[in-house]
Amino acid sequence: MSILGQCGNQVGQELFSVLISDSLEAQRQCRGEPGRAYRDCSLERFFREHNEASYARAVLVDMEPKVITHAVATAAKSSTWKYEDGSYFCQKQGSGNNWANGFCVHGPRHEEAVSDLIRRQVERCDRLAGILTMMSVAGGTGSGMGTYITQCLRDSYPHSFILNQLTWPYVPSTEAVIVQNYNSVLTLSHLYQWSDAILVHENDTVHKICAKLMNIKHISFCDVRVPLNGQPALERMAEKTKQGFNKSLANVLILRGKDVSGADPEAFLHPGLYSSWLPAGTAFSTWRSPVPFNGYEKSATLVSNSQSLLKPLDDIVGKAWNMFASKAYVHQYTKFGISEEDFLDSFTALEQVISSYRHLAYFHQYTKFGSSEEGFLDSFTTLEQVISSHRHLPRCRKQYGSSSEQIHTVRRGRVTNLTE
Amino acid sequence: MTQSIIVQVGQCGNQVGCRFWDLALREHAHINTKGVYDEALSSFFRNAVLIDMEEGVVNEILQGPLRDVFDSTQLVTDVSGSGNNWAVGHKVYGPACRDHVVEKVRRAAEHCDSLQCFFLIHSMGGGTGSGLGTHVLSLLEDEFPEVCRIVTSVYPSAEDDVITSPYNSVLAMRELTEHADCVLPVENQSLVDIINKIQQMAHSGKPSQVIRKESTLISGRGGVGGTEKPFDAMNNIIANLLLNLTSSARFEGSLNMDLNEIAMNLVPFPRLHYLVSSLTPLYTLADVNIPVRRLDQMFTDAFSKDHQLIQADPKHSLYLACALVVRGNVQVSDLRRNIERLKPSLSFVSWNQEGWKTSLCSVPPVGHSHSLLALANNTCVKPTFTELRDRFMKLYRKKAHLHHYLHVGGMEHACFSEAVTSLSSLIEEYDQLESTKSLLWSDAPRLQVAT
Repeated sequence: MSILGQCGNQVGQELFSVLISDSLEAQRQCRGEPGRAYRDCSLERFFREHNEASYARAVLVDMEPKVITHAVATAAKSSTWKYEDGSYFCQKQGSGNNWANGFCVHGPRHEEAVSDLIRRQVERCDRLAGILTMMSVAGGTGSGMGTYITQCLRDSYPHSFILNQLTWPYVPSTEAVIVQNYNSVLTLSHLYQWSDAILVHENDTVHKICAKLMNIKHISFCDVRVPLNGQPALERMAEKTKQGFNKSLANVLILRGKDVSGADPEAFLHPGLYSSWLPAGTAFSTWRSPVPFNGYEKSATLVSNSQSLLKPLDDIVGKAWNMFASKAYVHQYTKFGISEEDFLDSFTALEQVISSYRHLAYFHQYTKFGSSEEGFLDSFTTLEQVISSHRHLPRCRKQYGSSSEQIHTVRRGRVTNLTE
Repeated sequence: MTQSIIVQVGQCGNQVGCRFWDLALREHAHINTKGVYDEALSSFFRNAVLIDMEEGVVNEILQGPLRDVFDSTQLVTDVSGSGNNWAVGHKVYGPACRDHVVEKVRRAAEHCDSLQCFFLIHSMGGGTGSGLGTHVLSLLEDEFPEVCRIVTSVYPSAEDDVITSPYNSVLAMRELTEHADCVLPVENQSLVDIINKIQQMAHSGKPSQVIRKESTLISGRGGVGGTEKPFDAMNNIIANLLLNLTSSARFEGSLNMDLNEIAMNLVPFPRLHYLVSSLTPLYTLADVNIPVRRLDQMFTDAFSKDHQLIQADPKHSLYLACALVVRGNVQVSDLRRNIERLKPSLSFVSWNQEGWKTSLCSVPPVGHSHSLLALANNTCVKPTFTELRDRFMKLYRKKAHLHHYLHVGGMEHACFSEAVTSLSSLIEEYDQLESTKSLLWSDAPRLQVAT
C-alpha cells in the first residue's frame, strides 16, 4: 500500500486500524476455524508479523512532516499495530496545492527514495496481490506526486494489480483548494493510463475494507454499512440505485455476517440497472462471507461501476474548463512544466470518459489507438466464420477459402455470413 | 516548519520591520512560558536582513531594545542616503552593494531548515526603499528563484511631502509587477484614517475603561519600546498584517496554510498579484475594554471599506480570489457560515465563484480572542493605480524634476515611459476583468469528442 499526501495518510492510518480491529473481532465472534482462518488471512494480507508485532505493509509519503508524524504516533499508541520504522518518506515543504509541483518536481526528485521503500515492502511479500494507493485529488502532493508514483509502480510492477483510492473534493467547501478542479482533472486523466481500477470516495466518506474488486476502471463505491434486517433492506438499496436511473456496467455486492446465505439480492438483477447489451447475470455478482465485519452483526457493501459518477465528474471538468478558457492559474502550472497542450490532452481524455459513461460503450478505448469500426467488423467476421466452421465441420474446408465473395451484413448483434 | 526571511529596506521599511520584530517577540514570549528569549526565538530572529543607505534608523535599532536581537552580520548600510531618488537607489546603490546583500541573505538562508518565502518591506515614495528595495527584489529572484517573494509596499498619499514620490512609485511599480509573486499595497492615507477612527472611539469611550497593556495593535505602549514616535501607530498596523500573515507558519492550527499556497491560490494571472488586505478587529486598537463583539461581526468588518489598508472598496468591485487568515478559537463551521452569509453581497469572477482559500491558526494575537486578516485579489486596486498614474503624468508632462533622475548613470527617458506603459497595461488588465462583472456569463463550450 502506498499512501500519499495529507489526506491519503490520514485515511490510510484509519484503514489499518479498522483492518486490525476487524480481524480481531472476527476471531472473537466466530469461534473456531472460520474466525481464525479469516484473521490469519486478513492479517497476512495487510500486515507483516515480526517479533510478535504487526507491521502495516505500507509506504507513507508526504512533502511535509506533520501528518505522517501524527499517523505513525497514533498507530504506535494503539498497541495492536504500527508502521515500520523507515517505511515513510517526507520532506519539509509541501507542494503548495500545485499538481505540477507534485508531478514534475517532487515526483522525479524523490522517485528513487520512494521506489526503494516500496521495493522493500514488495520483497517482504510472498506473493504480491496488488498495490493500493490512497490519495486525494484536490491538493498537490497526493494528486501530483501520487500520480507520478502510480506511473513508477506501473513501470516497476507491470503485472501487478494497481488500485487507486481517490478522495474526491467535496464542493462547495471552505477547506477547498481554489485550483482543486485543475488538480483533479490532471490526476484522473493521467491515472487512466496506468491504473487498473479507480475507487472514488467523496470527502465525507469514511474508510472502507479492501474487498475483491472487478478489474474495471472507475468504480464508485457506495458503502451502505447498514445493519440488515433481511430482505427489505436489500431491496431498499437496490431501489436507491435504480432511482437515479444510473445504468451500471458492473456491480458487486459484498454481504457479511449472519444469514448471508439466506439473503436474496434479486432486486439487483433488475435489467433496468444495466445497459441493454449487458445481461444482468453477467454484470452482477455477490460475495458472501459468514464472518461479520468489524463487530457488525450484518453488513452489506456495494461496489458499482456505473453512471453515478457522471455528474460529479462532469461538474469538475466543467468548472476546470471554465477556468482554463480564461487561462486562469495556468501560469502556476506552466512554470513547473505542465503546458497548455498537456491541459488540453487531459480535458480531451476526460471528455471521452464522460462520453463513454453516457453511452456506456467502450469503443473509444480501441479507436484511440488506431482500431477502427471496420477493424472490429473484420474481427467479428473472422470469429463468426470460425464458429460457423466448427458448427458444420465436414463442409468448412470447402467454404473457408472463398472469403472474398462473402457478403457481410451487420444485424443487431451478430455478423451473418451469407454464404453459409 | 518552514521559515521566512524578512528583508527591510530604507527608512520606512526598517521602522515597520522593527515594529514587526517587537510584536513578534511579544507574541512568542506570551506563548512561550519559559522566558522572553530562548533558542527558538533567537533562530526566528536570525531571519532578518536590514538594509539602509543612511545610518540613522538602523543605528537607532542597534541602540534600542532590540539591540541584542540583531547583529552586524544582518546589516547592510551606507551613509549618504538616496535623496528620495529612485534612480540613485536602484542604479547606484543597487549594483554597489549587491554582493553584500547577496552575502547577508545567503547567510540568513543557511540558517533556515526550509526557506519558503522572502518578505520585503519598503516604501514606494522615497529613494532607498523604493529604488534599492526593488533592486533587491530582482536580485532575490535571480539568486533564489524557487523562493516565494511577498512584498509589503507603502504607497504615498496625495499630500506626501516628497514631491517626486509619484516618479519613485511608478518606477518601482514596474519592478513589482515583473519580479514579485505577491504585493500587499498599503496606503498611508488609509492608515491615517484608521488611526483617526480609533482615536475617535477611544475618546468617546466610557471613563471607566481600562487601557489594555498587552494589546499589540497600537504603538509601543506595553511593548518593549519606550516612547511613541510619530509613525509608530501606523507602522504597527502594517506589522500586524505581517504577524497575521506569518501566523500559520509560526504556530499550529487545524487548517494550516503555507505561504506559497497564498501565491498559488490568489494569483490567477502572473501580473495581477496585488492583494488588498484588511484587518480586524480594529476596535481593540483603541486599547480599551469593549466587550468582545460577536465573531460574525469580525467577518462583516473585514469586508467593509473602513478596514482596508488601501483606499478601496472591494465589495463593489470584482473578486478574483479571496483568502481568510483566521486566528484564535474559531471553528470551521463558523467560517462556513460566515462565507455563506457574505457571498451574496460579493461579486466573484465567473470562473472562480468558489474562490475562497482559508486558514485557521489556533493561536490568537496577544490580547485578543480571535482575529481575521482578509487578502483579496480584487479589481478595486484599479483606482489606486489610476490616481498614481495621474499624479505621475502631471509631473512628467511638465518634465518637472526629471533632471535629478536623468543625471544618474543608466537612467533615460525610456525608463519612465516603459514604467508608465507597464502601469497602464496593468490597469487595462484589471479593467477588462472588471467589465465582465456585469455581463451575463455562460459556461465556455465544452470539447466535443466523437462518440
